[in-house]
Amino acid sequence: MFDYTFQWKQALARLPKMLDGAVITMEVAIISMLLGILFAILLTMFRQTKSRPLNAIATTWIEIARNTPALFQIYMAHFGVASFGIHFSPFTSLLIGITFNNAGYLAENFRGALKAIPDTQARAGQSLGMSPVQSFRYIVLPQMLRISFLPMTNQMVWAILMTSLGVTVGMNSDLYGVTQDLNALTFRTFELFAIAGVIFYIITKVITLSARLIAARLFRY
Amino acid sequence: MIEIQNVRKSFGQLEVLKGIDLNVEKGEVVTVIGGSGSGKSTLLTCINGLEPIVSGKILVDGTEVHAKSTDLNKLRQKIGIVFQQFNAFPHLTVMENVTLAPRKVLGMGKAEAEAIAEKHLNHVGLGDKLGTYPTRLSGGQQQRMAIARALAMSPDYMLFDEVTSALDPQLVGEVLETLKMLAEEGMTMILVTHEMSFARDVSDRVAFFHKGIMAEIGTPAELFENPQHPETQSFLASVR
Repeated sequence: MFDYTFQWKQALARLPKMLDGAVITMEVAIISMLLGILFAILLTMFRQTKSRPLNAIATTWIEIARNTPALFQIYMAHFGVASFGIHFSPFTSLLIGITFNNAGYLAENFRGALKAIPDTQARAGQSLGMSPVQSFRYIVLPQMLRISFLPMTNQMVWAILMTSLGVTVGMNSDLYGVTQDLNALTFRTFELFAIAGVIFYIITKVITLSARLIAARLFRY
Repeated sequence: MIEIQNVRKSFGQLEVLKGIDLNVEKGEVVTVIGGSGSGKSTLLTCINGLEPIVSGKILVDGTEVHAKSTDLNKLRQKIGIVFQQFNAFPHLTVMENVTLAPRKVLGMGKAEAEAIAEKHLNHVGLGDKLGTYPTRLSGGQQQRMAIARALAMSPDYMLFDEVTSALDPQLVGEVLETLKMLAEEGMTMILVTHEMSFARDVSDRVAFFHKGIMAEIGTPAELFENPQHPETQSFLASVR
């Protein structure tokens, strides 16, 4: 019943290819994270305004991002828009899907962080002669960053893991896609995916540990 | 000088200032006393333009605070205000709290701003706390830091809004001492306070507010020894 022979050597011989894939995975995660933060700031601002259309855009985005599967979001960014004649490469679709997801979750975090900082902080800044922009920039924003730093780290980890969904839209250059292709060639299924799992684990661990180090340096109060 | 002319202010339906007239001369120390909800704190936030007014005028050195053409950020540089809740910036050290506005608003260099900050922090007795974060300070220390922070902008006027009300009783004294020192140095100040004996000590004039009206104003001797208005009499009787 258990006659599978492990062939780690064969699988490990593919490690360089998998590491190349890991680089692409990190690339997608990092770009989607940076874009996600930008869009999340925009969405947070949209929500603060009194404009109904902007409010509606932000709310719709955040609601969909947080209440539908990430797989659905990536699918829509690839096959969904293809129905309208818009064709993105798997890489682009994956990037769009994850960015969409990141922005939705981060916007919600930013909103919470903003709420946690009392109005009196900005008021105190303004009563020292600072403009509203200055008091946001120097007083509110740094405190927001601290509050949302941990959620941002979590989202970064999540972004790394979400890249694995790229295979469903034909992505084959990232860690998961490479592994899948190698599996089709060699059938060393357990070994290859186990190695991929370990690489994922190491990447996310490095992210959370370095985030903790950065946080300790940045936030001394 | 600060000229307050027939100022009215409402929060929604509630009228909190019902026509206030008050002039504060350079170098004068005016304290405002009165029950809660009398409008005394609101008056201070109107003077530095944090709150809009419904009608009337407030002039600071001839500049109309609520005129559309007035650059409020500029005006606030000469009006320091300290609040009941100290509003320390928690992410900045004591030194950074004090140097932030001089650097970003006045465009001062780091060294210059730090020299000024150190002077004011020494003055309020926090010379040994420069690198400390506010969360590690007592309420009294945070409040003194807030005073130094306002002073670092070299304001011509200082407004104090119940600055000792949120403090533990044993910390009130150190803050009042700081205020007294400022008064003696000739700073023009308007203080809203519940500390009656302090008001009597430092003020040139004391104003009593009642339900949005300045019921009475006079020297400490006049107001405390011989109050004319029945509301002033009953208020003073109740706090004694």
